[in-house]
Amino acid sequence: MAKTKVLERKPLTFAEKTFLPQIVSGLKTTFGTMMQKGVTLQYPEERPNIPDNYRGVPTLVKDPNGREKCVSCQLCEFVCPPKAIRITPGEIDAEVEPDRAHVEKAPQEFEINMLRCIYCGLCQEVCPEEAIYLQDVFSLSGYSRGEMINKKEKLYELGGTLPDQHGKWDKKKAAEQAGNAH
Amino acid sequence: MKIESIVENVTINIDGQDVEVPKGINIIEAVKMVGKGKEVPHYCYHPKLTIAGNCRMCMVEMGMPMRDRATGEAVLEEDGTQKIAWMPKPTIGCATNASPGMHILTGSEMVKESRNGVTEFLLINHPLDCPICDQAGECRLQEFSAEHGRGYSRFIEDKNVKPKRTRLGPNVTLDDERCILCSRCVRFSKEVADDDVLGFVDRGTYSTLTCFPGKELSHNYSLNTVDICPVGALTSTDFRFKMRVWFLKRTHSICTESSVGANTEIWSREGKIYRITPRRNDEVNDTWMTDTGRALYKEIESEDRLVHYTIEGVHKASGEAAVAAAELLKSGKIAMVGSAHSSVEEQFFYKAIAERSGAKVSLVSHNGDGDGLLQSEDRTPNLRGALVTGLISELPSENLEALARDINSGAVKTILAVNEDLTELGISKDVLAKAKVIYVGSHANRTSEVANIVLPSLMVFEKDGSFINQSFRIQRFKAAIPGPLGVQPDFTVLEKIAAALAEREGYSDDHRLSMGAHGSDN
Repeated sequence: MAKTKVLERKPLTFAEKTFLPQIVSGLKTTFGTMMQKGVTLQYPEERPNIPDNYRGVPTLVKDPNGREKCVSCQLCEFVCPPKAIRITPGEIDAEVEPDRAHVEKAPQEFEINMLRCIYCGLCQEVCPEEAIYLQDVFSLSGYSRGEMINKKEKLYELGGTLPDQHGKWDKKKAAEQAGNAH
Repeated sequence: MKIESIVENVTINIDGQDVEVPKGINIIEAVKMVGKGKEVPHYCYHPKLTIAGNCRMCMVEMGMPMRDRATGEAVLEEDGTQKIAWMPKPTIGCATNASPGMHILTGSEMVKESRNGVTEFLLINHPLDCPICDQAGECRLQEFSAEHGRGYSRFIEDKNVKPKRTRLGPNVTLDDERCILCSRCVRFSKEVADDDVLGFVDRGTYSTLTCFPGKELSHNYSLNTVDICPVGALTSTDFRFKMRVWFLKRTHSICTESSVGANTEIWSREGKIYRITPRRNDEVNDTWMTDTGRALYKEIESEDRLVHYTIEGVHKASGEAAVAAAELLKSGKIAMVGSAHSSVEEQFFYKAIAERSGAKVSLVSHNGDGDGLLQSEDRTPNLRGALVTGLISELPSENLEALARDINSGAVKTILAVNEDLTELGISKDVLAKAKVIYVGSHANRTSEVANIVLPSLMVFEKDGSFINQSFRIQRFKAAIPGPLGVQPDFTVLEKIAAALAEREGYSDDHRLSMGAHGSDN
């Protein structure tokens, strides 16, 4: 059994008995804050500043020429820990899209199940084409489970266009047109 | 190369370890035999093709015990062991045959450096488009670049541009930029398929794989060139861009195209088959299979697939259909048209049903032209199974005219047809209308349309079982994907029918037991 130690409680002073100093100091804080600029973010109307490396909803992006960057290599589908990504690969029809035919491959369908997604960002990390980015969208809602599965169209709508540092496929096309074969 | 056929063993030394290998075996195979994960990387060497030695990836260091040239005496080290005369430059493993006392180094500095150099040269003009390359994941160049490559490129010039989508034949598309000129496909067409259509044109880095003028890669073994291509240059037009290989589950199966019984691997994901490739079996099909055999899986999703147990056109549960079928089979005057597409296990049950119902069994042969390779004249996978299980005792006929006569004379009132369209085999629809028909099969045809009872069956990809091939070799196949919803494995329904027939009046237990014993004998 632990020993208990009885502390001697000091009697209140006169000033303390009146409670006035405490009330005054409390009011000082109240009025002081009233004069300051508010710190509360009025959320739905006001939005927070999202840092660049924020991991929001995964999106698909297009290059500055408006070309779909994803080539459906399915590495994100492979690496995705909760198996949220589902891709149906397909071939680009050279007759329908001759300016993109040199890329050969593009997703027919690209689905990210946001009920499964854990926002880990591995898909962005693994993407060899820099086509998938976790951007600044953090709020996502829907009335049904089906609505929470982002289809290809929605993913491009969310993703928009990002600058492309490499121009890999443009270079490829230029080389093809220059045709350095003898 | 069959190891058993080589009797003499020699002792060679691989990386300081003495090992016994068959005489004459090349260094790549010898190192593989040593095991322990040791491998000599190679592109152009293939165990079933002649040796070309053009990729230079399998470089190893070789040395022989030193002998004095004048006297022929062994030159000894100070410690009394024989001195090894190492060759000043590395040699290719594929074209170096094991000889007594040979010393091999597979991991020395010189070997590593030469592999690194070869890899760097191969990657000079390689497009590195692994994200869109179907070979990614099973690409030797990808694997060896990671293992033996430099990891970065020193090449600052422009890469060669070559055609990306050349149609070589009906099944094969060539991506020329990826080709590393190993010539496996050229040798395969010439040596195995016996149709010399491929060759290289132009020189140096401009070398291009192409078909000879006026020819195309159209023989029935063309997709084997895709399998043996160590990179993604030759691609299957069917499988191109369909699915990455690392998602696919591999299941061992047997090709049902003909009685050869080629061993296959079925590549499937989530109940969908994406491709079929050969599985090595030196006794049956080496490492090859036919293009037509690879396309058989497309039947699975065919529109006319039977998916419901029906009695007189009404959907029923499988149990009810089995009971109804058994009732019908108890009525006597039964004929059974068996199938050489059924597995041995199913044929055992058909035999039981035939014995217990007193049915006369006939089988129909399906013959085509044999190509002398992996497509035999007998186009059924399990005719030998029907003979071994005793379902039939003599070779099948080509049609069912005898059965048609029996129906007309009233000797046969009920027919149990397995996977055969009777209307195409000499029994016209009018004749067929005189008998009751129970149809067991995977796909609808004119017989199933008129059948009184239809029992849907699974295809070979959806069930376990075994086939006996033309050389009486029994081979197992395993289910790769689930069957259509509600369709049970054939034998569960057949067993119910056989059991119901055994309870028939006047059918003695002794007979049943002897039947069982007879079955297990085989």
